[in-house]
Amino acid sequence: MGTLTRRDFIKLTAAGTGSVALSALGFDLAHAQAVKQELRIAGAAEMHSVCPYCAVGCALIAYTRTAPDGTAQLLQIEGNPDSPITEGRLCPKGATAMQLATSVRRVDQPLYRASGATAWQKVTWDFVLDRVAGHIKESRDRTFVTEDAKGNVVNRCDGIAFAGGATFSNEEGYLATKLMRGLGVVFIEQQARV
Amino acid sequence: MTNHWRDIKNADLILINGANPAEAHPVGFQWFMRAKLDPTKGPGAGGGAKLIHTDPRFTRTSAVSDMHLRIRTGTDVAYFGGLINYIVQNSRYHADYVVHYTNASFIVKDGYSFQDGLFSGYQPGTRSYDRATWSYDTDAKGFAKRDLTLQDPRCVFQLLKQHYARYTPEVVSSITGIPQADFLRVAEMVAEMGRPDKVMTIVYAVGLTHHTTGTQLIRSGALLQLLLGNIGRPGGGMNAERGHANIQGNTDNAISWDILPGYLAVPMPGEKTVDDYVKVAAAKKLDPNSWNFFGTNYRKFMVSLLKMWYRDAATKDNDFAFSYLPKPGGNASWMSIYDQALRGKMEGVILSGMTATSIGPDTAQVLEALSKLKWLVVMDPFPTTSSEFWHGPGMDPSKIQTEVFMLPCTHWIEKDGSFTNSGRWVQWKDQVLPPQGQARHDHWVLADLFQRVKKLYQQHGGAFPDPIQHLTTTYKDPVRPELDELAQEMNGRDLVTGKRLATFAALKDDGTTVSGNWIYAGMYPESGNLTKRRDGVRNPAKNDPTGMGYYPNWAWSWPLNRRVLYNRASADRAGKPWDPNRPGIQWNGTKWVGDVPDYPPAMNPADPKAWLPFIMNGEGVGRLFSNALLDGPFPEHYEPVESPVDNPLHAATSASPVAFLYDKAAGRPDRFGTAAEYPYVATTYRLTEHEHYVTQQVPHLVQLQPEAFVEIPEGLATEKAIKNGDMVRISSKRGKVEARAVVTKRLGALQVAGKQIWQIGIPIHWGFVGISAELYPDKSQHWLANALTPFVGDANARTPEFKAFLVNLERM
Repeated sequence: MGTLTRRDFIKLTAAGTGSVALSALGFDLAHAQAVKQELRIAGAAEMHSVCPYCAVGCALIAYTRTAPDGTAQLLQIEGNPDSPITEGRLCPKGATAMQLATSVRRVDQPLYRASGATAWQKVTWDFVLDRVAGHIKESRDRTFVTEDAKGNVVNRCDGIAFAGGATFSNEEGYLATKLMRGLGVVFIEQQARV
Repeated sequence: MTNHWRDIKNADLILINGANPAEAHPVGFQWFMRAKLDPTKGPGAGGGAKLIHTDPRFTRTSAVSDMHLRIRTGTDVAYFGGLINYIVQNSRYHADYVVHYTNASFIVKDGYSFQDGLFSGYQPGTRSYDRATWSYDTDAKGFAKRDLTLQDPRCVFQLLKQHYARYTPEVVSSITGIPQADFLRVAEMVAEMGRPDKVMTIVYAVGLTHHTTGTQLIRSGALLQLLLGNIGRPGGGMNAERGHANIQGNTDNAISWDILPGYLAVPMPGEKTVDDYVKVAAAKKLDPNSWNFFGTNYRKFMVSLLKMWYRDAATKDNDFAFSYLPKPGGNASWMSIYDQALRGKMEGVILSGMTATSIGPDTAQVLEALSKLKWLVVMDPFPTTSSEFWHGPGMDPSKIQTEVFMLPCTHWIEKDGSFTNSGRWVQWKDQVLPPQGQARHDHWVLADLFQRVKKLYQQHGGAFPDPIQHLTTTYKDPVRPELDELAQEMNGRDLVTGKRLATFAALKDDGTTVSGNWIYAGMYPESGNLTKRRDGVRNPAKNDPTGMGYYPNWAWSWPLNRRVLYNRASADRAGKPWDPNRPGIQWNGTKWVGDVPDYPPAMNPADPKAWLPFIMNGEGVGRLFSNALLDGPFPEHYEPVESPVDNPLHAATSASPVAFLYDKAAGRPDRFGTAAEYPYVATTYRLTEHEHYVTQQVPHLVQLQPEAFVEIPEGLATEKAIKNGDMVRISSKRGKVEARAVVTKRLGALQVAGKQIWQIGIPIHWGFVGISAELYPDKSQHWLANALTPFVGDANARTPEFKAFLVNLERM
């Protein structure tokens, strides 16, 4: 199960074009480009990802380096040239995946808006998890149906809905459906219909 | 997809309907172009595959296609019906395949009929069908009677021929707006694909599904493919281009009200035992040579799931805790959630990576629904139009009592796990970065919430806590399950040996095996996680031994690493490929070779007892006629619920008589417009540079497509004195969009039922949240495309009619 690394690919590309594809300036731009890319990813670790947008399933190679302060630094994301699905190509969305990965526009801590409030309040994870768990239990208790009008055992909760995540991995999605059905939730939905 | 992305290169003819792959799936589109540039492919003597793009808009897909047919949105049943009629009337179907691999020869019961737009069994009071007459005439053993000469007037073939005889080129043109001459050119190319040595693929996206006839729109394409003998073959099939990274996998894993993992039906009220359930849900064997693999094994898959979920609490004596599974009281899909909220019956909604406000349909109605909730949880890396709904345009926060929680969650690159692409290839990804800031993984948040709720029930009791207490969450850390642990759980294991399964064939119905999702069994056998394999194109000779593009050691595809579904149908009855140059699987005298066979690997096709090719249904063959859908055994053209014309086939039953009208059913006022007030047809779509709404947070992509716009055909713009770049207001009965006009030749007039019809195009990506909204705070108040769309659903899937509705247009 070997993989064609980015460096191999650059070398292959450079070797394949270097002898014939000279630029109008009389020197080999492909080689210069390869050297530049080498510098950008020198010493980087290569990891595998898949594009988070549409469902072509474009394989990504992510290059990371550990910064002096010990944090992981993402240097570059690009298409994996070895993929039989893509042969390394990416669209504008996949090609800018790094901007999504490293966005500074994220919500940085849990937020709460009380009934009728006009602004968010910054709160802790424990606050939201306890409060939402309390709501789930109360709504479940209020809307749980053990038997329907015909006397059928149905054991369902009619007052809670869950919708999620076309960018969930299979494993997260599987856990979500299992936990929700465990709670008796029947209104379960995702992006497939919409 | 029945097939997969790379396989599209194997086609001679590519029909693209309700899709724009060059812009919406550009990297996948390379395989269309490879087919086009391959001189060994194509109709006649070859010279390259032909691409036919049938779409309301001329797009970059059209630009490289051999023909663009401008079609009125939502009328593809008429187009495919016309093609079916052409090949049946001219005997251009694949005769051997149709006789032996489809139910063309099956005899339908007396009592089935179709008249004036209604199939037999219509119940106007409930807007539904009693489907009793849509079934076969059976013998004493319960097997369907057949006439292999296809001459019996009650056989499926004759009924199909009669049904589609109305879809003449004239009628097709009158409904769709496609000129007859263009239609006939395509029909002739399509007809050639009934030859065994030719093959066509049909590729579609949500341009086909987002209609009140969506399920039948897809089915009409599938019927055409069965008649041409193109299902199960490399280069063939019905191929859905899915729009999100793991929408396929999350359907497989049943984040959907009506299914359990692996497409097992959700149990319904009245099913008291697993046996009751199997009796209702599993297909019955309808032919002595039908394997009926799914129906026969349904019980094993269900018991193995129950045993996985409730382990020690699931025993033979309590019917494997079948009573724990919730049984829905009615439809519980996307629109039903907001319908229940509007009725005051829904208390809380959890949105994890989805936004109700932007998705709609009918944003005003969805916002009202959100305002009626007691609580709303939004789990996302970024603010969304749902987390911010309470202070969005036109909302008064002080009047909205809904408590709102915004939980910052990680995104794809901060966790590992697998994505399943459109072609069912399951690819593992690494965790590349740690969670940013206080963000937590969605699955950890859900696991943590579950454990907290469980504890509350332990402390205080409450409504039937047993399913919560007994659900297995025995992960190394129950509030932080690893995705690797979950992948193993989906795969399943044998409880006697303790070993992970290599195939679902090992599943049993006695409680000695467990599997969270039977179709993923084999993904993670004892040898390891096969979705991590990456033997790719660097070495085609080694990694693609058949040369057909399967690359069997790149990732893993369900089921069992099969790359083309129904591949037994790629070979004739003797086991020889229909086209020796494009084999799927073939019988080599002792076993089936090629792709992973969809058939017993050593079953000799010459054996009189050999199974029929389609192992997943009771008939053992592909179904041209079926009672599985709620709106008809054959696809029929119905107008969109909002349409500028009456149905030319049956004006009295113009739209689908069983489309689900939520407002009407709930006693709310009608929210549909008429052509008198709203004379133009509108449709919605995506652009290359954006993906729904999340890309409003990505600066490069916002730079490329910074502002909402609508596409207006030149002729209509002239009529309305609208110039390129003017601000225009598009309104429907439900709401409005205000955006810049792009005046274009990409849209144009159609002649439909003797009338001139204009279509308008509206990209979906903008709203009141994101970088563009911050740049243009005033303008962004009316950018949500789904403010316009109707709250109405397909009878089967309850898919909203996002792609066909009526609007008015004004210059601002």
